[in-house]
Amino acid sequence: MTDNSTKNKVLWTVVTVLVLIYALFPVVSILATSFKSPSDLTSGKFLPSSGTATTSNYEQILVGNAQDLFLSALRNSIGISLIATFIAVVLATLCAYAIARLDFPGKKLILTTALAVSIFPVISIVTPLFNLWRTIGLYDTWLGLIIPYLSLTLPISIWTLAAFFRQIPWELEQAAQVDGATTWQAFRKAIVPLAAPGVFTTAIIAFFIAWNDFVYGISLTSTEAARPVPAALAFFTGASQFEAPTGAISAAAIIVTIPIVLLVLLFQRQIVSGLTSGAVKG
Amino acid sequence: MTSAIPARSANPTNSPDNKPGVETRSTPDKRAKKQYSDRVKAERKLGWMLAGPAFVIMLLVTLYPILQATYESLFQFRLTAPDEREFIGLGNYAVILTDPVWWRDLGTTLFITVVTVAVELVLGFALALVMHKALKSVRGLLRTAILVPYGIITVVSAFAWFYAFDINSGYINSWFAWLPGIDENTNWFAQTGTALFVIMASEIWKTTPFISLLLLAGLAQVPDELSEAAKVDGATWWERMRKVIIPNMKAAIMVAVLFRALDAFRIFDNVFIMTNGAYGTEVLSLLAYRQSISRLEIGLGSAVSVLLFLCVLLICFIAIKLFKVDLAGSQGGK
Repeated sequence: MTDNSTKNKVLWTVVTVLVLIYALFPVVSILATSFKSPSDLTSGKFLPSSGTATTSNYEQILVGNAQDLFLSALRNSIGISLIATFIAVVLATLCAYAIARLDFPGKKLILTTALAVSIFPVISIVTPLFNLWRTIGLYDTWLGLIIPYLSLTLPISIWTLAAFFRQIPWELEQAAQVDGATTWQAFRKAIVPLAAPGVFTTAIIAFFIAWNDFVYGISLTSTEAARPVPAALAFFTGASQFEAPTGAISAAAIIVTIPIVLLVLLFQRQIVSGLTSGAVKG
Repeated sequence: MTSAIPARSANPTNSPDNKPGVETRSTPDKRAKKQYSDRVKAERKLGWMLAGPAFVIMLLVTLYPILQATYESLFQFRLTAPDEREFIGLGNYAVILTDPVWWRDLGTTLFITVVTVAVELVLGFALALVMHKALKSVRGLLRTAILVPYGIITVVSAFAWFYAFDINSGYINSWFAWLPGIDENTNWFAQTGTALFVIMASEIWKTTPFISLLLLAGLAQVPDELSEAAKVDGATWWERMRKVIIPNMKAAIMVAVLFRALDAFRIFDNVFIMTNGAYGTEVLSLLAYRQSISRLEIGLGSAVSVLLFLCVLLICFIAIKLFKVDLAGSQGGK
């Protein structure tokens, strides 16, 4: 028996290490690149050569000559993604509540539409929007990105929240009312604590999707006024035209990955349950 | 499945707990009937008031653009020469469909889709099994690790893989110089095959966690007793997999494959960052982007967009009709 469990332990350690390498290797790789000095970039080694590791790439994008470009992109990304997430989650909460709780014709239509929108090729939306936004003045503005971002964040929010809300025992609300609570009290004390985690998880997932956008970002913006980080990274040119922007891009990539890693570390359980209950389960 | 029942029984209004449809028809009391249908009307109205805004916005941000694109695709129209706009019917489609570039890009896109989805299905299933069977002590760690690629920006993933293989800043060449065909001068991004390899590696790394989480949910639905019973009967691990586990989670697998296939078919970010479509790596999304945003050929670009959309519809249709994937059902629409 002990022999078996030792074997089991060794096996699981190996498996865990393999999964960790799979999941983290590219991140560690770009992290290592972000600390390389310009002359060390072509060393052909994974890590910076000893003694040459430098934070100059971070300085360049945070306080140096590339800060205007990067910090404005960071501000755009955070602002636009948060607003698009907020709007999507508010609308999806109302919508999912109606779907889970009320009886009305068209529920299936709404869910099917959400599904259809989520598989819609983004590039097919971009061409007409590009033209329209230029005509009505939304090109290169925050609003010009927030609106199309809803096509990414709304459908998944509706699906995830509808699945969450279906699992809530709504009878609790009635029970609280029987016990003498007012309608509002019953809702606030019995339902909100049950629904809040679902809403919060949905917000994280929607934020990931908005934060990840690239196609809208490069197509519907042209300046620092609205260009988000992924698009800015793609158009980043080095400190001088003779210098490859590798180090600066790597440093910027690490900075925009930090919020993702933090959210994942803090809320892995919720994110997994959100992703798996929105799909497959009834 | 269960949604309608708690919704009705939990409703605090005065109607009795009978089945509403039966009640409306059978009750002789006119007042009760009227009261009831008022309640139904009110509930319907409230339902659409709550769900309506989300529904309308979803239509506005997708249906309107695709209709607009369909209309624009019938014109020869370049943004730099707006006065020369001319109606040419299906002319743009004829231009595209007779151009080998379209067919080459379609082939590349399909190749990427098939290979990435196949690899991800195997890899994702393995990861799902690991997470499913994992000891409690490492389960959280495994999930956290696996969510990192899920959450990371695709462009960041593209740069990470690009810099690792790049002839100037990469280390892969020196690491794998012992393999035949790889030396310090191997330029991965100057040939179709090797460039696609790195592009697909990045795509697979980033999106396998999603497929594996869908499969994990499917695995969790297979009753443990079935597998245990087969084990008692002397079935090997492989037999249990093939005869018990996989058939029981077929719906989850189908949904995961379809979702990922549709997603892979839209691939853009990785290709744009690594090669920008050079050396025969262009995909359909990139072709549409190049026509409308770079060359401002709105007419042609719109036609490519519409064709791309039709391809997605076709894939969906084939999946649903041929493989009987019940998206709405297994996606919680019960």
